[in-house]
Order: sequence, then structure tokens, then C-alpha cells
Amino acid sequence: MTSSWVITASANPPRAAYLDYPLGHTAGRPNELEEQIEIATAALGLIESATEPGQIMPLPHRWPTEWKTKARELSDKRTERHDTPQYERPTDAA
Amino acid sequence: MPLQPPAERDVVDHIQQTRDSYAQLGYDSYRWAHEPDPAPFAKPTKPLSESNVALIASGGVYQVGQVAFHHKDDTSYRRIPTNVAVADLRTSHFAYDMTNARVDPNVVFPIDALRNMVDSGTIGSLTPHALTFMGGIYSQRRLKEELIPAFAEEIQALDPDVVLLVPV
Repeated sequence: MTSSWVITASANPPRAAYLDYPLGHTAGRPNELEEQIEIATAALGLIESATEPGQIMPLPHRWPTEWKTKARELSDKRTERHDTPQYERPTDAA
Repeated sequence: MPLQPPAERDVVDHIQQTRDSYAQLGYDSYRWAHEPDPAPFAKPTKPLSESNVALIASGGVYQVGQVAFHHKDDTSYRRIPTNVAVADLRTSHFAYDMTNARVDPNVVFPIDALRNMVDSGTIGSLTPHALTFMGGIYSQRRLKEELIPAFAEEIQALDPDVVLLVPV
């Protein structure tokens, strides 16, 4: 599965299904199980349908709102790279 | 020959975008993995409906009770039982917007979809656990020397028919 055509084309895996969504949703939209099943089914279907390495199959799904303008803005959205465990919730700390 | 995206998709060029962003910040250009040669291509030996499937996901997913990922070239990984309750899944990653992954971890770790596909007979079964890591590892050397051999060993032990990779 991939939501970045260019990175996947560069890494060149044997098979890939491309979902044209903003990064962070490679397997579908939240709480949309039927869609998530469609996407996983299409991706795994390449095991039987692909005949040669390097195919990237575009999936038909479209993100419901315009998102690419913002995704193309040049801003560094990364957070600081801490070298200690970064828990989602403080209560998760083992 | 590089595979071109369908023109009507107007895909976001994440590689060029990172180059431009780094240039603006005054950083050296990041060297993306580039594999010009075709990948090894294993043909399935049995129908998907009888295949045992493993899941590897890079979105920083961990289970409550496990140590969370850190964000500085963390090459560790977690084993997540495939019968895990989704409510016990968390995410830790510095480089993508985790808002929706924290609402529903299935968006980067499609475990409910895969379990449903076992129930419906689309796939045969899942391995006892999935493997997760924090994909923002800038050192390709450490990835190749540390994480990939560990995954190769894990996958050999799990012995699945198919591996589904879910990067972010």
C-alpha cells in the first residue's frame, strides 16, 4: 500500500496499490471500515493479479475534500526528534 | 524506466517537496532510496483465500503496555498481536499528522479490515502478530543493518505466504 506515488516508484517494490490520500491514511479514512476493507482487498488482490514486478495500481478512491494545495505548502511540519519514548498519552508509559 | 503516475491524478511529489523544503531550511538534500532494478518477484503458491498474511506497518503503532517509539532514528520494532483490541493501539511518530490515526489506528494499521477478510474468506489467516515501527528513520545504513535483518528473521519465523506493507 502507498499514498506516495513518487516515493514508491523510487523504492520500486514488487507490487503496490496507490491510494491518493493525504499522508497518514494509507489504509483508508478513519472509522470507514467498508472502505478500509476495499483498499486492503484491492492491495492484496495484486498477489494474484500482478504479472511482473514494479506495478503501481491506482485505487479509485478520492479524498472527499480538496487537500493538495495545503499538502504542497513548503512548511516543516515535523516535530522535534526526541530520543526518549514519546507516548501518545502519559498514562501509556509502561 | 520510472513508472509515471496517471496524469489526471496530479500526485503530490513528496520527493521534490522534501528537496525544496530542505533547501529552504538550509539542510543538505535528503537521499531517498532509489532502486532502479526490478524487485524479486515471488509468484503465489496458493490462492489468497488460503494464504497466511503478515502485516508490517511503519506508522509508529504500539500497544498499551509497550514502550512507545522515540523519534531519533528509532530502529526498534514492536510485535502487535493480531487479536489486539483497537482501543489498545497508540501511535508515536514525528513526521506525519497523526490526528486521524489516533481516532482510528486502522488508517495506518488495517487490522480490522484484515480480520474481516479472514472472516469473509478473502484471505486464509493472519500471523499471530504483526510488526510495527516508526518509519522516520533517516539513516538508510541503520535501516539496512539493524531493522531489515531483524524483520527478515521475524518474517522467516512467522512463515507467512504474503506480507502486506503499510508505510505512511
